[in-house]
Amino acid sequence: MKPGVAVIGGGPAGIGAALSAARAGLAVTLFDEQPGAGGQVYRPLPAPFAADSGPDAEVGRRLRAELAASSVDARFARKVWFVGPAADGYEVRAVGPEGAETLTAPRLIAATGTTERIVPFPGWTTPGVMGLAATTIMLKAQHLLPGANVVVAGVGPLLAAVAVGILKQGGRVAAVVDLAGVGEWAAAMPAMAARGDLLARGIGWVAQIKRAGVPMLARHAVVAVDGGDRVTAVHVAPVDASGRPSGPSRTIAADSLAIGHGLIPATEIPRILGAAVEYDAARGGWITRADAYGATTVPGLYVAGDGAGIAGAAAALEGGRLAGLAAARDAGVLPADRFAAESAPLLAASRRAARFGGAMARMMAIRPGLVAAIAHDTVVCRCEDVTRGEIDEAIGAGARDVNQLKSWTRCGMGPCQARICGDVVGELIAPAVGGRLAAGISTARPPLRPLPYHALAGTFAYDELNLPAPAPS
Amino acid sequence: MGTALVETLRGAVRFAGSRRGAPVTIRVDGVAIAAHDGETVATALLAAGLRAVRTSAIRREPRGPLCLMGTCQDCAVEIDGATDLACQRFVRDGMVIALVDGAGA
Repeated sequence: MKPGVAVIGGGPAGIGAALSAARAGLAVTLFDEQPGAGGQVYRPLPAPFAADSGPDAEVGRRLRAELAASSVDARFARKVWFVGPAADGYEVRAVGPEGAETLTAPRLIAATGTTERIVPFPGWTTPGVMGLAATTIMLKAQHLLPGANVVVAGVGPLLAAVAVGILKQGGRVAAVVDLAGVGEWAAAMPAMAARGDLLARGIGWVAQIKRAGVPMLARHAVVAVDGGDRVTAVHVAPVDASGRPSGPSRTIAADSLAIGHGLIPATEIPRILGAAVEYDAARGGWITRADAYGATTVPGLYVAGDGAGIAGAAAALEGGRLAGLAAARDAGVLPADRFAAESAPLLAASRRAARFGGAMARMMAIRPGLVAAIAHDTVVCRCEDVTRGEIDEAIGAGARDVNQLKSWTRCGMGPCQARICGDVVGELIAPAVGGRLAAGISTARPPLRPLPYHALAGTFAYDELNLPAPAPS
Repeated sequence: MGTALVETLRGAVRFAGSRRGAPVTIRVDGVAIAAHDGETVATALLAAGLRAVRTSAIRREPRGPLCLMGTCQDCAVEIDGATDLACQRFVRDGMVIALVDGAGA
């Protein structure tokens, strides 16, 4: 077996990439932060829980079984904190249960998925306000309802999925608050019909929500949360198409809020490695420039899945398989005719799935009016407690891009490294500097995750330390 | 006394019909909290009504888990003496958790 390829990310894209590269004859090492394969969408229920059923649980189980039966060296519970160029490819450093690990591979596939966007509003830092994706994880992988009375808000297909997940367990949904209007959903239908199965499932979800008598507020946004140290009420108001609140608000009693305003591709690894990125709001924002097979502008570096532009879980699996095949072709283990034969049906399937996912991604694109309406004293950067007012002040003083804003205000400098606030901050500065391209993207640097020092230092004896000679006295 | 206190808080709710792992006990700032094998520290805290697990670095405002996938870092607590993300660690019987004030130790 030829060396090889490192795959970062064990969701559908990473699994697809690892399996197709391995089948083509490459040695594959896959790293993921989570304890098991599946990513967030097919996240496994931990073994101590009794097994689950349902279509997503089934897909996840099948992918995990395929991965386990393959030659892939799959390493979970690994925090990849460093990637860099090496003489013969790429170096990957991770920290896992057995300590520090380093791997060098001629090729690297980044399948790192997304972060959920939450556009700030007064009270969004209140404990009990959680992401829609986080709520999905609670429901699917921990069998937990977020609270006794939940407002589900934001935009995109997760809204209905989360509301139904709560109702199915006898939980109470106080309201579903959707940024998108009924007309937007109608306009998305033809593209969604490319995956009739997923469309039918979505329509079934909406019917269940209506049957349960849950109010569904189209073209509304959460404008504030009351509570301080816990959620007591959620204020909602009508918005225009840009997300800007356009009418009086009303109050809904609730003890928790599940909210998400779309998904942001995770591009840190390709950016650290020097790959070209581009801005496309309709695909989630900043994305890595890549061909149809995921090959980036950097030789030997590929991207796949939502991290390469939001297209959904179904497209991610096929996109991953394509990237795995491209890596195998470029490594010389997959002849051009076999590559063409194997990639053609995958390409067709991935385009079909991406039509559905693309419609969802367009609906989940950042809404400038919602960002523009962020209040002066609302915290935007959670890590460093930087407010809209402080950001505006820095823009007024002449900050020209997000990295200058970061230097001046510490916004995006904290432990999450701008993953939560960066997209919103880019949107805040964009009008002053001529758009999102000019506003730029927060520079990605190792460590990719905060690490305890001992995880890197490991164990050592003091007399093994190579200490410099003391300075002459 | 501590146990009675946390039971009065409204937290996240375990599914009624869910078959969970074996019962375990963790201690959070000295208070015993019941959890189940297979749950994350974040889940155990949320289900016990402890939604606020830290205060923010600058304003010292209450914060709790936001993303549950290791990105937001807002569930960083002290687990058996070292800072780690509550959402990325499974509970173990006897685990000792300290909620974190500001940036932590």
